[in-house]
Amino acid sequence: MDILRFLTAGNVDDGKSTLIGRMLYDSHALLEDQMQAIARASKNKGLSGDELDLSLITDGLRDERQQGITIDVAYKYFNTPKRKFIIADTPGHVQYTRNMVTGASNCQLAIILIDARHGVTEQTRRHSYISALLGIPHFVVCVNKMDLVDYSQARFEEIVEDYRAMAQSMPVQEVTFIPVSALKGDNVVKPSGRMPWYEGKPLLQHLEEVPVTDDINYRLTRFQVQYVIRPKDDRFHDYRGYAGRMMSGELKAGDTVMVYPAGMVTTVTGIELGNRPLNETQAPMSATLLLADDIDISRGDYIFKPEQMPAIVNEVEADICWLDQKPLMQGGKYWLQHHSKKIQCKVEHIVYKTDIHSLQPMEGQPLLAMNDIGRVRLRLAEELCIDDYRINRATGSAILIDPNTYNTVAAVMMRVDE
Amino acid sequence: MKYFDYLDYLEAEAIHILRETAGQFERPALLFSGGKDSITLVHLALKAFRPGKLPFPLVHIDTGHNFPEAIAFRDALVEKIGADLVVGYVQDSIDQGKVVEPTGKYASRNALQSVTLLDTIQAHGFDACIGGARRDEEKARAKERIFSHRDEFGQWQPKKQRPELWNIYNGSIRKGEHMRVFPISNWTELDVWHYILREGIELPSLYFAHRRECILRDGQLLANSDFIYKDEQDVIVEKKVRFRTVGDMTCTAAVESEAETVEQVIEEIKAAKTTERGTRVDDQVSEAAMEDRKKQGYF
Repeated sequence: MDILRFLTAGNVDDGKSTLIGRMLYDSHALLEDQMQAIARASKNKGLSGDELDLSLITDGLRDERQQGITIDVAYKYFNTPKRKFIIADTPGHVQYTRNMVTGASNCQLAIILIDARHGVTEQTRRHSYISALLGIPHFVVCVNKMDLVDYSQARFEEIVEDYRAMAQSMPVQEVTFIPVSALKGDNVVKPSGRMPWYEGKPLLQHLEEVPVTDDINYRLTRFQVQYVIRPKDDRFHDYRGYAGRMMSGELKAGDTVMVYPAGMVTTVTGIELGNRPLNETQAPMSATLLLADDIDISRGDYIFKPEQMPAIVNEVEADICWLDQKPLMQGGKYWLQHHSKKIQCKVEHIVYKTDIHSLQPMEGQPLLAMNDIGRVRLRLAEELCIDDYRINRATGSAILIDPNTYNTVAAVMMRVDE
Repeated sequence: MKYFDYLDYLEAEAIHILRETAGQFERPALLFSGGKDSITLVHLALKAFRPGKLPFPLVHIDTGHNFPEAIAFRDALVEKIGADLVVGYVQDSIDQGKVVEPTGKYASRNALQSVTLLDTIQAHGFDACIGGARRDEEKARAKERIFSHRDEFGQWQPKKQRPELWNIYNGSIRKGEHMRVFPISNWTELDVWHYILREGIELPSLYFAHRRECILRDGQLLANSDFIYKDEQDVIVEKKVRFRTVGDMTCTAAVESEAETVEQVIEEIKAAKTTERGTRVDDQVSEAAMEDRKKQGYF
């Protein structure tokens, strides 16, 4: 069985949590005690009879239930005979966009919800743009609350038209449109009898069947050392194992590799895990590498094939989503964490800020505020081995950390110009 | 391209998180409850760091009301893998007057554990505590990051969670603060059992059906022990049961079961009509019971 990780994004009150609740409910993924808890809570909210508020399934925090909004990402897990699903239910509020970015960064598919009455909004645009920028390969646009527009085909088509026009200027790879009513259950798990004009699949069937384009690059071999295993006992006196994860590509015993920043070329003599030989490995697996030569290698160092060199940079241009209340300032110093390597960096220049309405670059900006998206030029205190994010999500991604608050303040998608 | 099963992905992710913890922190620790999730964590840690020694001790918070089987299992495991064990005793916190022993019919030391845990963390200077919590267990847990920050009071602040992007884990903390780390966040109860089956992981006998004297109370079956206050309304029955989670004897309910092997347990869970948290007395308190306890430093 394979895994599909997807997020739901959309405006406040577009019905994201209800949609997920509906999906779990109609595919019988909820158990009795969960159902009873929801029934109790629905009654407390003043719903009549056996009416259920399905959004209560995902809204986990007290404040969320009281305010009826989603503040932070909730992860939900379910499977059908065809696939295992990991859902990131993300907040719609502009204020909590940073939590939406958290949810989106690991996903292969984005469900964008649109309220059929309101059509494409600024949040639709923002969420779509962030999802596209993060490189999510599949989009499903669910036009929700079709029951409130009399299941009108004309209204659905109007929104599809608007969305297509908006998405033209985004790096969106593939979009599917589905008219649904999460509240009434139309086209979520079961096909709707009320929209005979819709000939596509219901949402769940689409999620089960869409061929998943992986977000992993299987061609470029990249490994980063997380931890050096040195048992220092008699049996393993000279043992040095380089523990890490295959970020991309594949590796087998006997391969010639280069270690950076040592800059030395050596041979992989063994690949193992838990002291058991694997002999070969592939992204995204964890492994321990044994090398022929005694080289100075520590946490954060890179191992790759010399014929597939990454870009080795001490200056880089990157798209960033700014996630902190304190704005990013031109000239500001931050820590940059490239997976297991943490270095200092300086924002040399804000190249532009993206105008979220027109999606056009605006130059000459002194700062990026919370939820802004833009392009910056970073100067790095040490060299990094990277690939362009659009080619290799694993090695092209990084975060910025505020050196005073230690907060994670930006998602960084690095670019390598050919 | 080789085909990987979803269990391979979950394992690779967990090992990656464990290694990030060892790489980023000075004094990490693994919170070991004796339950299947923390036993699975130990197995994953061995995979991550063998042939080296585990780079952290196992920390057990002992309420004094444990299942004897769980303690025996803990000690045998520690012996077998040569790990360090740190035990924090809730009794010590009571003796020091930091907490008050609850009394009455529903008395449980479960909630007192948070105080003992935070004291143990402070006494040993632990800066990261690895736990076996999963997001499918409970609604508040479904919201929590994999690297989950605790302030100097040991509190979780759900509205101030740091963004957690891709699989990049920001472990930066100030002195006195610590991080909770949850490597099996993305596993479900069934995933854990399938992994236990695949890897042949040993578990305490409590997880498999056995005959036991139980107290039938409010529709739940509690293992009969001296730790539980009984009155004339309580009915003692002998049943064939197993436990879906293993906490302290006062707050873990049993389920009637015939499942004596891992395979049979998996079949039983697939057919089950309630979640495993449904057998936890401590979660029935209120809609936000877990969130409230987590804010105060609970596991």
